[in-house]
Amino acid sequence: MKRFLLTRFAQALLQLFAVGTIVFFLVRLIPGDPARAALGEGATDEQVAQTREAMHLNDPFLQQYFGFWGRLFQGDLGTSLLSSRPVMQDLPTRLGNSLELVLVSLAIALVLGILLGRIAATRADKPADHALVGGSIFGISLPVFVLGTLLLMVFAFLIPVLPPQRFTTPWEDPVTHLQILILPVVTLTAASCAVITRMTRSAMLETLTADYVRTARSKGLSEKRVIKDHALRTALLPVASAATIELTTLIGSTVLVETIFGWPGVSSLLMSAVGQRDYPVIQAVVLAVAAIVILVNLVGDLVIRALDPRAEEA
Amino acid sequence: MTGPAPAAGTVLTVDGLSVDFRIAGEWTPAVKDISFTVGKGEVVALVGESGSGKSVSSMSVLGLVGGNVRHSGSIRFHDTELLGLDHEALRGIRGKRIAMIFQEPMTALNPVYTIGRQIAEAIRCHEPMSAADARTRAVELLTKVGIPEPERRVDSYPHQLSGGQRQRAMIAMAISGSPEVIIADEPTTALDVTVQAEILDLLRGLQKDLGSAVLIITHDMGVVADLADRVIVMKRGEVVEEAPVERLFAAPRHDYTRTLLAAVPKPPTPGEAEPVPEATSTGGTATATLRVTDLEVEYPGRLGEKGFKAVHGVSLSIRKGEVLALVGESGSGKSTIGRAIVGLARATAGSIQVCGTDVTRLTGRRLRAFRPTYSMVFQDPGASLNPRLSIGDSIAAPLLVNRTADRAGARARVAELLEQVELPASWAERFPHELSGGQRQRIGIARALALEPELLIADEPTSALDVSVQATVLRLFRELQDRLGFSCLFISHDLGVVELLAHEVAVLQHGRLVEHGPAREVLARPRTDYTKRLVAAAPVPDPARQAERRRLWREMAA
Repeated sequence: MKRFLLTRFAQALLQLFAVGTIVFFLVRLIPGDPARAALGEGATDEQVAQTREAMHLNDPFLQQYFGFWGRLFQGDLGTSLLSSRPVMQDLPTRLGNSLELVLVSLAIALVLGILLGRIAATRADKPADHALVGGSIFGISLPVFVLGTLLLMVFAFLIPVLPPQRFTTPWEDPVTHLQILILPVVTLTAASCAVITRMTRSAMLETLTADYVRTARSKGLSEKRVIKDHALRTALLPVASAATIELTTLIGSTVLVETIFGWPGVSSLLMSAVGQRDYPVIQAVVLAVAAIVILVNLVGDLVIRALDPRAEEA
Repeated sequence: MTGPAPAAGTVLTVDGLSVDFRIAGEWTPAVKDISFTVGKGEVVALVGESGSGKSVSSMSVLGLVGGNVRHSGSIRFHDTELLGLDHEALRGIRGKRIAMIFQEPMTALNPVYTIGRQIAEAIRCHEPMSAADARTRAVELLTKVGIPEPERRVDSYPHQLSGGQRQRAMIAMAISGSPEVIIADEPTTALDVTVQAEILDLLRGLQKDLGSAVLIITHDMGVVADLADRVIVMKRGEVVEEAPVERLFAAPRHDYTRTLLAAVPKPPTPGEAEPVPEATSTGGTATATLRVTDLEVEYPGRLGEKGFKAVHGVSLSIRKGEVLALVGESGSGKSTIGRAIVGLARATAGSIQVCGTDVTRLTGRRLRAFRPTYSMVFQDPGASLNPRLSIGDSIAAPLLVNRTADRAGARARVAELLEQVELPASWAERFPHELSGGQRQRIGIARALALEPELLIADEPTSALDVSVQATVLRLFRELQDRLGFSCLFISHDLGVVELLAHEVAVLQHGRLVEHGPAREVLARPRTDYTKRLVAAAPVPDPARQAERRRLWREMAA
């Protein structure tokens, strides 16, 4: 286990290093002068020179590279060309807002998905199963932007139970925060929940016919415990793998959802940065999101490891 | 009832039991109106081939048959009717009064829990006690079934134990409630012959200690002779014969029982000379089809870890037209040697010469050109045939891949090969799932023979088959080998089969060759202890001789 942890951490660090290096080159691969490209055609030579200095483009190449890492380790992600504010001032809050959406959605998708998957599997080929399988096809095939827009139209305007409100942090007003959280989370959860429901169902249909489930019954365990402790427990292994992939998908979908609902996450930051060629911000967001995905995969691997004793020797 | 009749009555009565499965909307019978009883403390064997309904009958006792199933008739435990018994009452009997041991302990134990937890779970669902007490009980039970270091093993996961230890853990679980009846469904089929002998010995000892009745389901007549008091023979869902064990082996009444007994390859007995097939060696000189010299195979370890050496310096050779049997327990490296010869595993040292060419040095085009010289028959014919290819396409594949025939030529050759393995040429259009296990293995053999190889590697080709099917496949194999004169490396753990086919025998233990010589010599007068144990452990289908062999085996094991 220790060995696994070490190699896995080393892998994650290597991945982070690779991402950092790619991001570093991202700006430098832009044809022409990135500073001029960022400032647009009308910029004066003086402005360009200033921006080049701010982006450290005048230093010798190696110094640029090591300087990039050095500043990164000090938590300096550069300064926005647009707002002239350090990226670190805005990024953490934006990232936190996005992560809140993603993590809350994943938690709900997991709990609900496993529950529904279990119901479907134990009632295979009965009406409840058909309804759940049908519902999950609906959930999977409905694009996030369609569902989001639909929910917004229905619940914010047609039946205004959840009217659009100014974004409020949970510290300012927890009730309002919860209200504005509902629609984006439902939008994000739908597809993931459907995927996890189907995954749990098919994994459990397999484990329910497994020899060890028959053994568990032959011991005299109650059907509830046979299903919970044996069939469901082993079915969680593939579900955990699916959840890791699902989390990465959620991070992608949240960009759309934030835009639809006006959620102040990383997506609006990224969108405006891309539109205005604000390279330091683009760099920082890409780096942060990549780091999160790498971290998520690491945690996913550890969870799967903890769930499956066989993985230790494999 | 004759023979060792139960002294104090019957514990289990099966009366007019029928079991039907709903397949494609129709009720298909699996068990048809069978009746038998199990007396107190009696060992009853339920024998038959796959599809005879023996497992379904035994699973029905505890209501463990899943799927779309319909039972009729009656199964009584003492005076309690088990069919249709409500779930709660049935749970009280399951594991506590009637316990089960299953065939494959690897899949029958839950891989994500320690064996201690699984045993404790069985104890605590019938007898409320603290987790610590249950654990202590589990350690006691593991001690009782002879698992070494039970204090440590109690925290092991199933995959950390050997096959024999897993089955012991399964048995510990089954006896945790001191049941009156133990149903053992092929408890030793997945195990090596030496481990099988130990497990049978353990079962016999426990049965005596606990006074439990045992209903053992098996297809192995040797196991029957070793353990049973009374035998019930099933065929296609019906009981065809029931007799005390001595009577059944001495004077089987039903034709089917006679066929079944005749089909069992008899394991050799030390000191007895038995007929061995004549060597068909044509050259007579020392022209070796296969010459393996100082072969080593090491499976690489993960980064920074030592690899696992599966084969240590093995040398052997097969003369033209001869059959060499490679025997040993699982993990002895016998399959690895076969895989190394055909190039599925990489030889890390030594040489493998096939017809004088060192195949370990061949690469690329030259290796491809040489490949038709040898071929392989695999263990599981169901898994080694592509389910989406017709059997004609499967057999033709080597011909087309090696461009030795065009489409028309391949079709003609396929017809010829099908006839050689005694199947109608018109079957070329059929698919593997339409064939029985034995027929599928004939296809495997036909495919291996398609390119007229000099050397055939057969890796346990009949171990997945029923005895009577095995008998016909082996006969066919011998005839083909006689007629076509190919040399063969026959990998097997069944000494009875080996004696039937092999001219020479090589015995492997932990990747090393421990004995090598003419089959007659090695099997009748084994020199090393390991081979002696191997020979002694195989049960023979004869209760009196088996009792004697068991005594010998115990002496040797002690």
